[in-house]
Amino acid sequence: MFKDITLGQYYPGDSVLHRLDPRTKLIGTLAFIISVFIFHTFPGYAVATVFLAAVIWLSRIPPRLIFKGLKAIMLLLIITVMFNIFLTPGEIVWSWRFLKVSREGLSLSGRMAIRLTYLVTGSSIMTLTTTPNQLTNAMESLLRPLNRINVPVHEIAMMMSIALRFIPILMEETDKIMKAQTARGADFESGGIIKKVRNMIPLLVPLFISAFRRANDLAMAMEARCYHGGGGRTQMKPLRYAMIDYAAFVILTVYLAIGAVFRIVGI
Amino acid sequence: MPIECKDVSFTYAPATAYEIHALKNINLRIEDHEFIGIIGHTGSGKSTLIQHFNALIQPTSGTILYNGEDIWGQNYNRRTLRSEVGLAFQYPEHQLFENDVLSDVCFGPMNQGLTREEAEPEARKALLQVGFKEKNFLKSPFELSGGQKKRAAIAGVLAMNPKILILDEPTAGLDPRGRDNILDQIAELQSVRGITIILVSHSMEDIAKYTRRLIVMNQGEVVYDDAPHEVFSHYEELEKMGLAAPQVTYLMNGLKKRGLPVDLKADTVAEASKSILKALREVDSPLLKEGGSHV
Ligand SMILES: Nc1ncnc2c1ncn2[C@@H]1O[C@H](COP(=O)(O)OP(=O)(O)O)[C@@H](O)[C@H]1O
Ligand SMILES: [Mg+2]
Repeated sequence: MFKDITLGQYYPGDSVLHRLDPRTKLIGTLAFIISVFIFHTFPGYAVATVFLAAVIWLSRIPPRLIFKGLKAIMLLLIITVMFNIFLTPGEIVWSWRFLKVSREGLSLSGRMAIRLTYLVTGSSIMTLTTTPNQLTNAMESLLRPLNRINVPVHEIAMMMSIALRFIPILMEETDKIMKAQTARGADFESGGIIKKVRNMIPLLVPLFISAFRRANDLAMAMEARCYHGGGGRTQMKPLRYAMIDYAAFVILTVYLAIGAVFRIVGI
Repeated sequence: MPIECKDVSFTYAPATAYEIHALKNINLRIEDHEFIGIIGHTGSGKSTLIQHFNALIQPTSGTILYNGEDIWGQNYNRRTLRSEVGLAFQYPEHQLFENDVLSDVCFGPMNQGLTREEAEPEARKALLQVGFKEKNFLKSPFELSGGQKKRAAIAGVLAMNPKILILDEPTAGLDPRGRDNILDQIAELQSVRGITIILVSHSMEDIAKYTRRLIVMNQGEVVYDDAPHEVFSHYEELEKMGLAAPQVTYLMNGLKKRGLPVDLKADTVAEASKSILKALREVDSPLLKEGGSHV
């Protein structure tokens, strides 16, 4: 039942993309997302498509996996496109009863569809090539300046990485508890809403108890190793930019520059 | 009610990077009133296999028949199947949830449609049969010791009066005395209730003592399916799979190699001592003449 969650599912590998510094990937993804909003013409989207295709090719991840993330937003995508097609005023090209389709609506919905698709695909590639821990590390490192205005950056990052670490564990646990209760005749599917909620009790009680126990054990283990928050803490594997990161930044800059030029020139 | 597996294969997370072929082409037939042991290294697929027996997992390919009927057939009632084939999981923490032990054990029978009044006698009977003390019936399941939790969890399944009881590592993490205790009670259950027992274990000694048929799993395949002493005679192959025969088997094989005509089928301490004495008598050993009386 938990099979189709691609966002946040790391695909182990050793491609160029896997080896990039997570900060580079985070910045790169942001830049790419910005770029699909800068581009608004056909040649622009062609450039973005070439860039995305190259990145997919470099990642060596089966495209099937990358596009699985799109399935989750399919409904959102369809609704957005529908709204834009039928509700954008402008030069009418087709109408039937109260439904009217305008030229502007068609082009706007086309753009929205491309943007959404590229946005999700781009971030899927990042999460597929970066472990959740690397990602939080990157965030901590990029947000460190906020420490000066008393934002507890390290603590937030630590909480995020613990939460991310716990998600698969708790999902596995949920699966096991459901099986154990199903074996005793529990029914998690049929019945009305009230019955369904009541039927969840045999699942939720063991799950919460286990989550609290794990949290307690983890806190104890951290305490036993003298964890005391971010102050003066060093890292075992500090993030360092390497040659490929500088190369990646050059490519990104060129890519964004093209976007800016296209926008200014208006093609 | 026999269970039959025909060419059963199962894959976790198919078509992803984390694909695991947990079962490969399993063919098995489990008859009534058997006491079967399943043994195998961690990750060999034991838990995956037994979850197929009560339809918690649907095989990726192959069929499972219960009493001759395909349990994944269109109109098959799998809830009824689950009350006939009881499965007690390895971790009691995954199922205990009520305020007191007795209510928790009533959960299963009440899901079968009994009222609380009808369920309670079943629950009491099951708890007593697994050796759970009556004074602890109204305790919270969360303040019990490991062994008591395990008993409560097994009783939770037993109270549903299954015809086949499957136990996934019921003795893991228990001290030796608690272990023998639970297994003795289960063996007694088998003779009192006349049910089929499938015991997943990693202790060869336990298997040798209690079961009459042993299935050995390795990397998702059934490698041996025979009487325990027959399986143990392949102790060298077992070692290659990260398993070992009972200590007694090594002793008997060692004695045989040194020329004592002992019976290699002996796989418990009691059987072994009988066989050794007999062999010593046969060879007219001086050991018997000197201090034999206290052997
Ligand atoms: N819920 C699951 N999801 C993915 N893989 C699993 C799951 N449960 C077990 N496995 C894998 O399947 C294989 C067999 O596991 P299991 O049946 O639990 O073995 P055993 O009970 O003999 O230790 C192992 O490689 C294990 O990692
Ligand atoms: Mg197991």
